[in-house]
Amino acid sequence: MSITVKIPTQLRAVTSGEAETDVDEAATVGEVLDGLYDRYDGLRERIAEDGGLRRFVNVYVQGEDIRFLDGLDTSVEDGDEVTILPAVAGG
Amino acid sequence: MEDEQCRVEALKCKECDTRYPLEARFVCDHCFGPLEVEYDFSDLDPAETRRKIQAGPQSIWRYSDFLPFERQPQTALAAGMTPLIRADRLAERLGLREVWIKNDAANPTHSFKDRVVTVALAKARELGYEVVACASTGNLANAVAAHAAAAGLESYVFIPSDLEEQKVLATGVYGTHLVAVNGSYDDVNRLCTELSSERDWAFVNVNVRPYYSEGSKTLGYEIAEQLGWQLPDRVVVPIASGSLFTKIARGFEEWLEVGLIEGELPIMNGAQAEGCSPVARAFADDKPVCRPVRPDTIAKSLAIGDPADGPYALELARRSGGAVDAVSDDEIREAITLLAETTGVFTETAGGVTTAVLKRLAERGDIGPEERVVVVITGDGLKTLDAVRDSFETYEIEPRVSDFEAVVEGSQVAA
Repeated sequence: MSITVKIPTQLRAVTSGEAETDVDEAATVGEVLDGLYDRYDGLRERIAEDGGLRRFVNVYVQGEDIRFLDGLDTSVEDGDEVTILPAVAGG
Repeated sequence: MEDEQCRVEALKCKECDTRYPLEARFVCDHCFGPLEVEYDFSDLDPAETRRKIQAGPQSIWRYSDFLPFERQPQTALAAGMTPLIRADRLAERLGLREVWIKNDAANPTHSFKDRVVTVALAKARELGYEVVACASTGNLANAVAAHAAAAGLESYVFIPSDLEEQKVLATGVYGTHLVAVNGSYDDVNRLCTELSSERDWAFVNVNVRPYYSEGSKTLGYEIAEQLGWQLPDRVVVPIASGSLFTKIARGFEEWLEVGLIEGELPIMNGAQAEGCSPVARAFADDKPVCRPVRPDTIAKSLAIGDPADGPYALELARRSGGAVDAVSDDEIREAITLLAETTGVFTETAGGVTTAVLKRLAERGDIGPEERVVVVITGDGLKTLDAVRDSFETYEIEPRVSDFEAVVEGSQVAA
């Protein structure tokens, strides 16, 4: 199985410029992010805090904000797209 | 002037204080916190600054010293210097002493968004952008399309597909690329945030948002100047993202810091619709952050379910001794009528929200007998005509005096 993760500009400095990457073997959003933390140094500090996400980080599965789902426990399936975005836009 | 060149210092993260150069950037790389323009006002002399403002243009550019430009930009469409109207009949109806209406419908595209867009586009041009874009609940769409047209910039305007027809028509007419997205405003906003990573465009409320939002401070400056360089005791402001609410207060605080006005920050009351009240709910629950909601309200211009400045709006309401209240769609409709009947100002639904919250505060006894209150009306009633449809009756007669007497005057006698 494979989950596609979309990386915003603000994080590409720690993903060697990659805008998109794949994570295998993850059942939840939290596990997808853990996979990324293992792969990219410095990513965790930027978006995570106290075991959760920082307050200005939004994560979506198939375009749906995970706060409307089960947060980091939201399950992911093969082919899903996970998007990480800054939350301070709009208005 | 030379002294102005160093006043705008940097972009600074509101969360961790990291500083960045003054470029198209809105998020801190370290903590994802929002960036804000940092100034150094230490060399501003209050008396001289006041004279300069009074001699300035009849637009927001009279406040150039407090906006993020080294030199006052040339813009094609002006914004600001809208009327501040004393509303004695409204005050009397609500049992209050002194109420003022800041009527920001009196802007080129009939909402406060002209303030922020004129700043954002001036900055976009300065940074070399040729295309501007936005995610909008309607008022911003009107403003971006119009100001881009006037400035000769190409524009892309993204709106939710269920927007009021008036707002759609009053956007498309300017010749923008109008993109109606099947989804909520929050979906539109997510799409634009994603696109901002992939397109070399100035998204006014995404990558140039730190400059854009500075335009809202001018509402605070104008209120203070129009009250004779005094602060009101309380201000009622609608909350969508929370940016306008927090920036009006920021404007007051900057002028207090410089010494242009004296006193203390007014009590700041935020106003939301019950059908989209993430900030009011977090305020009531004593939470520091908002939980997103799916909006369902006639106040579409305020229908942001995931407010970007929610935490700061909450902090401001608490710190200033204010509150954030939410009112029902029926209260919004009634308040539009109340404002129109007592002041002659016809507002869109967002102004119905603020007026209804003013009424709520008055009924709750929150407003002291000596208070001077300012209510911010952000947009024109012609933008949301459905809100007042069927709210009154029209006499229909033949062109005969007898018909007039029978149908119109007869019904009044009967009543």
